[in-house]
Amino acid sequence: MMMMTTAFAHSFSLPGLLAQMQTSMPPPGADYMRILPELVLSLFGMLIMIVDPLLDEENSHQSLGTIALIGTLAALASTFWMARYPGTAFWNMVRVEGFSVFFHVLVIAIAAVAILSSFEYLKVQRIRAGEYYGLILFGTVGMCLMSSAIELVLIFIALEISSISTYVLAGFRRREASSSESSLKYFLLGSFATAFFLYGVALMFGATGSTNIDAISHALHSGNAPVPVLAYVATALIFVGLGFKVSSAPFHVWAPDVYEGAPAPVVGLMSTGPKAAAFAVLLRVLIEARAPGYFWLIWVSAALSMTLGNVCALVQNNVKRLLAYSSIAHAGYLLVAFAAQPELGTSAAMFYTAAYAAMNLGAFAVVSHFANAGEKYVTLEDYAGLGRRSPVLAATFTFFLMSLIGIPITGGFFAKFYVLSAALKSNLVGLALILVLNSAVGAYYYLRIIVMMYMREPRGEVPVTPLPAAAGLAIAVCVLLTLYLGVLPGPVLDYASLSARQLVNDTGAPTASSVSLAVEQ
Amino acid sequence: MNMSPTNMDGLNPIILSLVTFIPAAGGLLILLIPRRDRDIKLFALVISLLAFVASLHLPVHLHRDLNSFKFEIDKVWITTPNIHYHMGIDGISVWLVVLTTFLTPLCVLISWNSIHERVKEFFILLLLLETALIGVFTSLDLFLFYFFYEATLIPMALLIGMYGHGRKVYAAVKFFLFTMIGSMFMLAAIVWLYAKTGSFDFVEIQHKIASGAVPGFEAASLWLFLGFFVAFAVKVPIFPLHTWLPDAHVEAPTAGSVLLAGVLLKMGTYGLLRFNVGLFPEQAHRNASWIMFLALIGIIYGALVSLVQPNMKKLIAYSSVSHLGFVVLGIFSFTAAGLNGAVFVMLAHGVATGGLFMLAGILYERRHTYEIADFGGLATPMPKYATFFLVTVLASVGLPLLNGFIGEFLVLSGAFQARPIYGILAATGVIWSACYLLWMYQRVFFGKVKHEVNNALPDLSLREKAALWPIAIAALVMGVAPLVWLSAIDPAVQAASKVVGQ
Repeated sequence: MMMMTTAFAHSFSLPGLLAQMQTSMPPPGADYMRILPELVLSLFGMLIMIVDPLLDEENSHQSLGTIALIGTLAALASTFWMARYPGTAFWNMVRVEGFSVFFHVLVIAIAAVAILSSFEYLKVQRIRAGEYYGLILFGTVGMCLMSSAIELVLIFIALEISSISTYVLAGFRRREASSSESSLKYFLLGSFATAFFLYGVALMFGATGSTNIDAISHALHSGNAPVPVLAYVATALIFVGLGFKVSSAPFHVWAPDVYEGAPAPVVGLMSTGPKAAAFAVLLRVLIEARAPGYFWLIWVSAALSMTLGNVCALVQNNVKRLLAYSSIAHAGYLLVAFAAQPELGTSAAMFYTAAYAAMNLGAFAVVSHFANAGEKYVTLEDYAGLGRRSPVLAATFTFFLMSLIGIPITGGFFAKFYVLSAALKSNLVGLALILVLNSAVGAYYYLRIIVMMYMREPRGEVPVTPLPAAAGLAIAVCVLLTLYLGVLPGPVLDYASLSARQLVNDTGAPTASSVSLAVEQ
Repeated sequence: MNMSPTNMDGLNPIILSLVTFIPAAGGLLILLIPRRDRDIKLFALVISLLAFVASLHLPVHLHRDLNSFKFEIDKVWITTPNIHYHMGIDGISVWLVVLTTFLTPLCVLISWNSIHERVKEFFILLLLLETALIGVFTSLDLFLFYFFYEATLIPMALLIGMYGHGRKVYAAVKFFLFTMIGSMFMLAAIVWLYAKTGSFDFVEIQHKIASGAVPGFEAASLWLFLGFFVAFAVKVPIFPLHTWLPDAHVEAPTAGSVLLAGVLLKMGTYGLLRFNVGLFPEQAHRNASWIMFLALIGIIYGALVSLVQPNMKKLIAYSSVSHLGFVVLGIFSFTAAGLNGAVFVMLAHGVATGGLFMLAGILYERRHTYEIADFGGLATPMPKYATFFLVTVLASVGLPLLNGFIGEFLVLSGAFQARPIYGILAATGVIWSACYLLWMYQRVFFGKVKHEVNNALPDLSLREKAALWPIAIAALVMGVAPLVWLSAIDPAVQAASKVVGQ
């Protein structure tokens, strides 16, 4: 009875919020600073849409790409401006803190590298550049917003912004049936998953009377009242929706087909950017909002993802498909961190997303360059003898694969290491053991690519074009970042631990504005 | 090198870093050298000799009266987790470092003409491998150790896969996966130790374990012991985890085989001694019986399989299984003689088996076969080669006054003290090794020349002699004056066994 009344009382909070938005003063200027990167990215996105028709198609690739790149760099710079204004904005919908700054930098950097590795690709595949770059920028806006939104409804909108642009980007190889298939599959399954997410949000609202992360955390954990059953269902549904986005098992079935069909640089982007953002949301919902009963959900999903991902990757012959299964496995490794103690796990997960982004983007940059017109060369056999014909390309690819295996002095090693040590410190011996065994299995299929490149005779008909400057730069950035995270992981990890501490400890005590909202009711 | 001894002492804090990273720095410099094979080879030779000379500083300046680590350097590398760049050596590791730097220039010499393509990459990999190997023996931070341990894997697998022969890819992948899977368990154990002690420092962890300051250690110690054991047992290799070894050895290029047998296998026995025995003395004692039993199987099984090999290189490879069994037997006998002998066998086996692989490689360069049946009567066309071969074979067999004898004798006496029946059975391994090696020698060198082609085989060239003389001299000096080595080994081993005695 009491539960029902509280729910009833709280159900007015959303209209209350709307009323406040209409009646109160316009937001202060600092609020705009707190979404500055999003604004910059949107502006540049629109600029590209305006400039695109003015340029003739032949010359537009280079200039539009450059605009997009400048846009991401400007957004990256504006992130540091944003970081000077910590706090919430727009009626408690967005919060700037260490956590959101971390993911802003990560997501925007991912976009920048993806744009760099698209320069040559678009030209070779004869893809129109305007919408492509525009969509990447708009998608990035969504991903950025996902990481700073602390309002489930805004998170949903941000998720949709990022998803819709990736749905379209996946279908950009219009001449290929597989690309259309990829796009359609991604769209249908993705919409289905976001519906789950939205349903979860609705139930969470029903259970706690709020869609604000802090308020949810407060409602679930204050007083002696037991957590309503509805909240458990809501958590599960939200996890289903986000589990799809991060391609964790059993919601992973779309990934191989979509990755196989989508343009290679887009796969690089969507296997890292939206995934990182979705992990950020997952951290917000599960850890910051302290959603109930997620431990076993995560445990099972992590174990399944690692095992299924690695076992299926063993038999793949298409490099993109192989990397798709590898990304499922890595989602599993990452989820292990979620099951650990909140603070340790959060920082480990944050570091993992960064390291995974660096190595996987790099790997896909190599794949995009090598794929050639129509993505003809994406099977393992095509990579035979690459070590002989293109030593630099092969060496960098090997480096990324080593990082994916988790060999020391690469970022991938420390990422796995932090997850493993977080798990062991939280006494998750079972999950840690599954992780270790899976890493061993995983080594095999990455090794197959290396073996192909170095130990098989080259097949004459596969051409290797010289590496253009932009793609070279993209790969170099990824190599340097992977190496940096592998040799001096300290600064990034320290930052991640600091923001994790904020994220975990600041919950529970609702902020001033959410208190005033409650008083109003 | 005309500095006075006092000046040389100034080198002490950085000497380990120098020795470790000279080869890798040289390897990276080779990247910049244009692809003129001769220059690259010369440069690699100079670099590896430089590392050897630098490493000689270590035994000369090692103070033997103390039994702690020497030449220590301890700098913070990463703050979270608490990882230090902590290096140091004792009387055990010092010789393994020198063994590595001693064998590498010989590997460069022996690969001079046998590598024809991708020469640049070959020598880069070889030098990177040397750095990783030295790093394994000098690291005192568990993390740093794991890093170097894994780092040996990549250059070695590439050396086998790119420059080997026959089923090279299969061999390389098998080698990689066996070691990788084994070391994952070690990583889990290392992370557990870190989670409970907050440190990766070997000395600190050892101290904490010994003083009982690690929560939950009692329950976990068996699993930790096994985690380390699996990783090292694959590397040694201890029967039944040895199956990668014959494949890797037979298909590897000569230099790869030399370093694989000479040094890489020692990483396993060194790890057993340093970590399994050093960190978990109680578990080591408790599990000694079955480990000794496996070692014994390895000795006899390796020897019997060697006996029937038609392939010279495979024969030498299986003989390694047998010889490394002695090392494990010596370590887990927990007697002073056994431990001393184990370390000495490691060194002696590195020299002798490294030499045998070099000799086999020299023959392969001329005839492109390792089949014993393809030879016969080689002593006639190649008398000098036959002489070097005989010396090395006798060293490996354990003829007194050559290096194989001392180590095996000590191990056997140690094993006999611990368990007489094991000592007796292991002693048959010595007999078997005489059988298979001398029988192989007889079939290859004695009698009439069986195949017409072999009549025209050229004897050793100057370069090959330059590579073989050091082996022969080392085998002899180690056999005549073992105390030079044992005087450094003994205090270190005493320190280890003192921990064991607790």
